[in-house]
Amino acid sequence: MPPIADAFPAAPLVALRDVGKDFANGTRALAGLDLEVRKGEFLALLGPSGCGKSTALRIIAGLSEPTEGTVEWPAPTTPILGESRIGFVFQEPTLMPWASVLENVMLPLKIKGTAMNEAADRTATVLDRVGLRGFAQAFPRELSGGMRMRVSIARALVTEPQLLLMDEPFAALDEITRFALNDDLLRMWQALRTTIVFVTHSVFESVYLSSRIAVMAPRPGRIFTELAIDAPYPRDSSFRLSPEYGAFCRSASVALGQATAAGGAW
Amino acid sequence: MNALARGRRSSRERREQALRIALPIAVLLIVLALWELAVRIGGIPPYILPAPSLIIQTIIADGKLLSQSLSVTLITTLEGFLLAAAGGVGLAVLFNQSRLVEYSLYPYAVVLQVTPIVAIAPLLLVYLPQHAAVLVCAWIVAFFPVLANTTLGLNSVDRNLVDLFALYGASRGQRLWYLKLPSALPYILGGLRIAGGLSLIGAVVAEIAAGSAGAGSGLAYLIVESGYRLNVPRMFAALILLSVAGIVIFYALSLVNHLALRRWHESALAAER
Repeated sequence: MPPIADAFPAAPLVALRDVGKDFANGTRALAGLDLEVRKGEFLALLGPSGCGKSTALRIIAGLSEPTEGTVEWPAPTTPILGESRIGFVFQEPTLMPWASVLENVMLPLKIKGTAMNEAADRTATVLDRVGLRGFAQAFPRELSGGMRMRVSIARALVTEPQLLLMDEPFAALDEITRFALNDDLLRMWQALRTTIVFVTHSVFESVYLSSRIAVMAPRPGRIFTELAIDAPYPRDSSFRLSPEYGAFCRSASVALGQATAAGGAW
Repeated sequence: MNALARGRRSSRERREQALRIALPIAVLLIVLALWELAVRIGGIPPYILPAPSLIIQTIIADGKLLSQSLSVTLITTLEGFLLAAAGGVGLAVLFNQSRLVEYSLYPYAVVLQVTPIVAIAPLLLVYLPQHAAVLVCAWIVAFFPVLANTTLGLNSVDRNLVDLFALYGASRGQRLWYLKLPSALPYILGGLRIAGGLSLIGAVVAEIAAGSAGAGSGLAYLIVESGYRLNVPRMFAALILLSVAGIVIFYALSLVNHLALRRWHESALAAER
């Protein structure tokens, strides 16, 4: 199996070099983590729970500082915190319960001080894109779990980020909703030509979505191996039923098993 | 079958609701009737225990005096409440923005809270004009629950939302205005609901303290003065007006709470499920 996908050979958008992270309580969350995120790719971070996937994602986002190692942004402009070049989708929808869907999605633009007209236009466009036209005035409380997650994705996309970071966004949803959101996410990714790093502990989800999987091993968190999923896009439910998909899932599953074993017993 | 069950349940709920209103009223009527009977049969003089009918007559006969006193007390209560709301929320925001200020002042806020107001009132009357002293009393009693609740609310913000605001580079002011204050709103309103009743208590305590110093015209003072004159029916009349004022304040603030939160907060939504 080739270690690297040919589909996105471009220079990295962001690279973690020998990153380590210690928490204040002494836990060593990450050690010697090397990871390149290439422009335009859909990268899945796959690993058992507690392997530091989320920590790695937060370090990329700049929400957490690495204890050692560096985060490099080789592109001419460095996306720093507050530049809105990064969109982040949390495991929970993380919406403001007191605000309507419209206000929630518009929040990043409001913080940046975007003119009202432009903010309203962009919000309407992105709500359309996630299939929530007509729900602008609804409150999060009035929506289903899947719809709330759509609002969360719309909010992440409204600033047109270069990099979209997603932290197990669909883990809490039922399978039918998750499949629908998987398909919609792939469609949006292709339409927007953005780069996505998607944290998951689901082998099936990682294979279905991504162009490349980085498998992480726990204690301390590090990249165990990388798998290229070089099946062509667009992918749809027929891909889920193909022998090719089965083969990818098998090798990802084996890699995940080895990575988990490499982390040692609990 | 399902609809039938639902219909049966809703009719039971309606009966429950009716009982919740009817039972307290029935208890009230029974107690009043017994009271009236006891006074009449026992021939108890009104300066020891006035009959309910006499109290009602007194409320009507002394209407002008009572309503003047009521308005004095209510205005003090309202002013104290508004000051407590502004002071409590303001201090909590200040504490939230600056640890140093919080460390410096919080212990004194606690001292004000734990020292019985009855003990502070006479001293305040020495240093302040009477109206100001009464107001300060109402404020001291009422501001602490607002402060404590608002502080709790400002610290109970969803951590992921805090991260989100950091990711987009929100300023301090934006974090406070768009995130922390709305998050804290249910807590603030809870504090205000407590403060409403307490500011009435503070006003009454201060009026009584001031009254014994020889001045005042609020309801509480009226009670003290009527006591000196053995006008017990008027004492009861004033007392009833005070309770009614307290009840009205409580339900008015509950209504504000409901209207502000009904679209999003669990506390206001629970009944609709």
